[in-house]
Amino acid sequence: MIPEIGQFALILALSLAVCQAVLPLMGAHRGDAAMMGVGRTAAAGQFVFVAVAFGCLIWAFLSDDFSVLYVANHSQLSLPTMYKVSAVWGAHEGSLLMWILILAGWTLAVSRFSSGLPDAFAARVIGVLGVLSVGFLLFALLTSNPFERLVPAAADGGDLNPLLQDPGLAIHPPLLYIGYVGFSVAFAFAIAAMLSGDLDRTWAKWTRPWTTVAWMFLTLGIALGSWWAYYELGWGGWWFWDAVENASFMPWLVGTALIHSLAVTEKRGLFKSWTLLLAITAFSLSLLGTFLVRSGIIVSVHAFATDPTRGFFILAFLAIVVIGALTLYAWRAPSLDSDAGFSLLSRETFLLLNNVLLVVAAALVLIGTLSPLVIEMATGGKISIGPPWFNVAFLVPTLPLIVLVGMGMHVAWRKQSKSAWLRTLRVPAIAAAVLGIVVPLFIYGRESILLFVGTTASAWIVISALIPIVRSVRRTDGSSGITRSVLGMSVAHLGLGLFVIGVTIVSAFSVESDRALSPGESIEVAGYEFEMQGLRNVQGPNFSAIEAEIEIRDDGEYVATLRPQKRQYLVQKSWMTEAGIYPGLDKDLFVALGDQLGNGGWSVRIQYKPMIRFIWLGALVMALGGLIAITDRRYRVKVRKESEAVAAGAEATA
Amino acid sequence: MNRFVWPLIAVAALLVFLVMGLRHGDPRALPSPFIGKPAPEFELPTLKNPEVTVGTDNLAGKYALVNVWATWCVMCRSEHPFLMQLAQRKAIPIYGINWRDSRPDAIRWLDQLGDPYVASAYDEDGRVGIDWGVYGAPETFLIDPEGTVIYKHLGPLDPQVWEREFVARMNQREADQ
Amino acid sequence: MKHALLFACLMLLSIAAMAIDQERRFDDPELQARYEHLISEVRCLQCQNQSIKDSNVTLAADLRREIARMIDEGKTDEEIADFLVTRYGEFALYRPRMTGKTLVLWIVPFLLVLLGVFALVRVVRHRVALPVGDDSDERQDP
Repeated sequence: MIPEIGQFALILALSLAVCQAVLPLMGAHRGDAAMMGVGRTAAAGQFVFVAVAFGCLIWAFLSDDFSVLYVANHSQLSLPTMYKVSAVWGAHEGSLLMWILILAGWTLAVSRFSSGLPDAFAARVIGVLGVLSVGFLLFALLTSNPFERLVPAAADGGDLNPLLQDPGLAIHPPLLYIGYVGFSVAFAFAIAAMLSGDLDRTWAKWTRPWTTVAWMFLTLGIALGSWWAYYELGWGGWWFWDAVENASFMPWLVGTALIHSLAVTEKRGLFKSWTLLLAITAFSLSLLGTFLVRSGIIVSVHAFATDPTRGFFILAFLAIVVIGALTLYAWRAPSLDSDAGFSLLSRETFLLLNNVLLVVAAALVLIGTLSPLVIEMATGGKISIGPPWFNVAFLVPTLPLIVLVGMGMHVAWRKQSKSAWLRTLRVPAIAAAVLGIVVPLFIYGRESILLFVGTTASAWIVISALIPIVRSVRRTDGSSGITRSVLGMSVAHLGLGLFVIGVTIVSAFSVESDRALSPGESIEVAGYEFEMQGLRNVQGPNFSAIEAEIEIRDDGEYVATLRPQKRQYLVQKSWMTEAGIYPGLDKDLFVALGDQLGNGGWSVRIQYKPMIRFIWLGALVMALGGLIAITDRRYRVKVRKESEAVAAGAEATA
Repeated sequence: MNRFVWPLIAVAALLVFLVMGLRHGDPRALPSPFIGKPAPEFELPTLKNPEVTVGTDNLAGKYALVNVWATWCVMCRSEHPFLMQLAQRKAIPIYGINWRDSRPDAIRWLDQLGDPYVASAYDEDGRVGIDWGVYGAPETFLIDPEGTVIYKHLGPLDPQVWEREFVARMNQREADQ
Repeated sequence: MKHALLFACLMLLSIAAMAIDQERRFDDPELQARYEHLISEVRCLQCQNQSIKDSNVTLAADLRREIARMIDEGKTDEEIADFLVTRYGEFALYRPRMTGKTLVLWIVPFLLVLLGVFALVRVVRHRVALPVGDDSDERQDP
């Protein structure tokens, strides 16, 4: 019964989405206020019904309703409750429903917080979002219905993939999707602007906070995915350039370029057509990512098990949306121009450099992901493009980028005096060079060009980012002297610096060792002794495991006891390794069980990972920077002005 | 043509490419590098009688199938009845490579289900499997009388695949000569 | 569905991996480093995109064993790569080899950056020639 309610709710949501798509767009075209007003109501209604459907699916999982095919395939009686809930979005149909819910949520947010926008513009934005909702709802109802019945019902389910039975599944996909889907708002703003011809700088001002929030969530989502892969997959890596990872990273790179480009457009009215193109591209890459992951066109550990028919549907939808947007662009963009200029040494130049390098990076990731397919179709031969290529290719644009960040952070708009600039740069550059060379050389005892570049650049970024923050803290006149937008920018770049430090140090200095260990034996890795105290059998709620107890000592002093496991899940019978990790900001010690050896011992992978936590800490701080930036008073002044206007109006009529 | 049309053109090209990619087939299927080349040489003890060996020498002079199988492989079981049919019809001699398996288990399996093979080679450590580029069971290779690999099929054999891929190719080669 | 079953069949191999797998240790640290580098760049053909270093399935273990054997026999990295490519095709290597076709792949990053810089130079030249305007009381917010 409940699944049928869920399905019916989806159909209702679809009809509301159709209204939401058609009426506001027509209304904006005709200037009909009533039609335009439908948008907000339809959006609210659509959200309610999608939420109901989502709730029904959660109910089906919690009540172990194995007469629903999706539940039967991805749940199990003995599955812990927390995982029953997160299993809802653990596979294709359910995660698609979550996508739809989040899109409806963003639409609702836009309709609530868009009182500062002209009615026609807001109506167009909501209309475009409605078109997107229609596409995804149709996709779900026609090809990927989560409420499809299984007749006769199964007695027990096929269990959730053991790799997904982890708290990571509860937070990573939702955060990631909020970001991924959030770029649809920037996209909708761009379409609305092109439709109305309203392409002055205010469009950029309106788009910025929405884009920043989406970017924030995507940053968090990707970082969480990386952290989850690190501790869950058991091999200690944090990024594999897998097709699905790339699918989320490309929108992030373009989204970062977009944030920077929006700054220029809002400030100087420059690069309007370029910013429009970036807004279209960021969301198009989100759609492309969805296609790559769900169509089966590319091999990946993350790919949902799905089929080409669904692939064709998404591709058709992608084609309509993107070709429509780009046709509009080809029509409107030529009329956009400005006579504003800037000198060679200016923030505009640096932001242009930022954009060029980020877009090249995104293009390289796309090329690396699709090339195996291109080459296979062109020549029939299959090749693999993996980390060895990506790691090199990605550095080509990003090394210059991280060097430029430290230099460009405090350059003025329009024209920066060279002498003033060099003066500001002198201290950070020298300090960074000293730190960058001294730390690796004397503390870690290693040297290499790449290492020095990494440590110097990241030190420079961190010091540069701290300057405005430190200045503001030292002010004695009570005011902070620093706007939230500058503070946000500084914090975000600080996060980037931390991230680069983490990547540089862990890439240069991590130690990995595959050894055989039996109970009572001990080995030394990276200056720590690892002793296997014993092995025992352990029972989990839906798995049985062999657990090793490994004691770690540093020069005889006790450090920690780790308990890596080798689990066999009862239903799917697959084996999984659960690593034991001793975390720390300065280093992680990582132990994973490999295979059982003939003599009662086990092959064990021990890793020493210095400063790996800085990678995710850096991403967290970047997202925090974004959060700070959107609380800037330029977004709050409007609210104050509105309430003043209301008060004035009340007085006038009193 | 103004420069703002370029993104549209680029995306249209990308979309065409993606459509072609979708129709291209299974991205996991690895074509065998041995198609058109001599079958990799091997000589292994047979499964049932370790004193006797079987290898590429046995394949010469006629069309033959080399079928990679194992008792732990679920799909091998499902293709087994069809292999028995082929053997009973004397359609083509089938040589087996028992891959990474336990000898007693494999012998028992053939006793219970029937033995369609002229002989099965016992590849205990998987060396020969690697030499043939095997990465999953079942895999079936079609070898011509000169010892050249004509075709490799990944997955279980069934009548449709047999007709469409194997018989068609053998007929084609006969017609060419 | 067929592919799901096939995949499940392949996954069963991982249970067999619980049998004897003598992990390789070379006494010579240089050989050990070479071994570890090689196996990190060979694709596990039974898996969905993992190297044989990171995978525990039977074929991965077998390939590691073969590579260790070849290092013992004194084969060069080139010869080991050839061994794998003869049997599994170029697909087996994660680092595309420098043949005529794949050379393009290795040059593309530099080409794209050059292209981008070229476009940037054109834009900047155009803008530098235009009036910069007055900014004496402009805020320097981003």
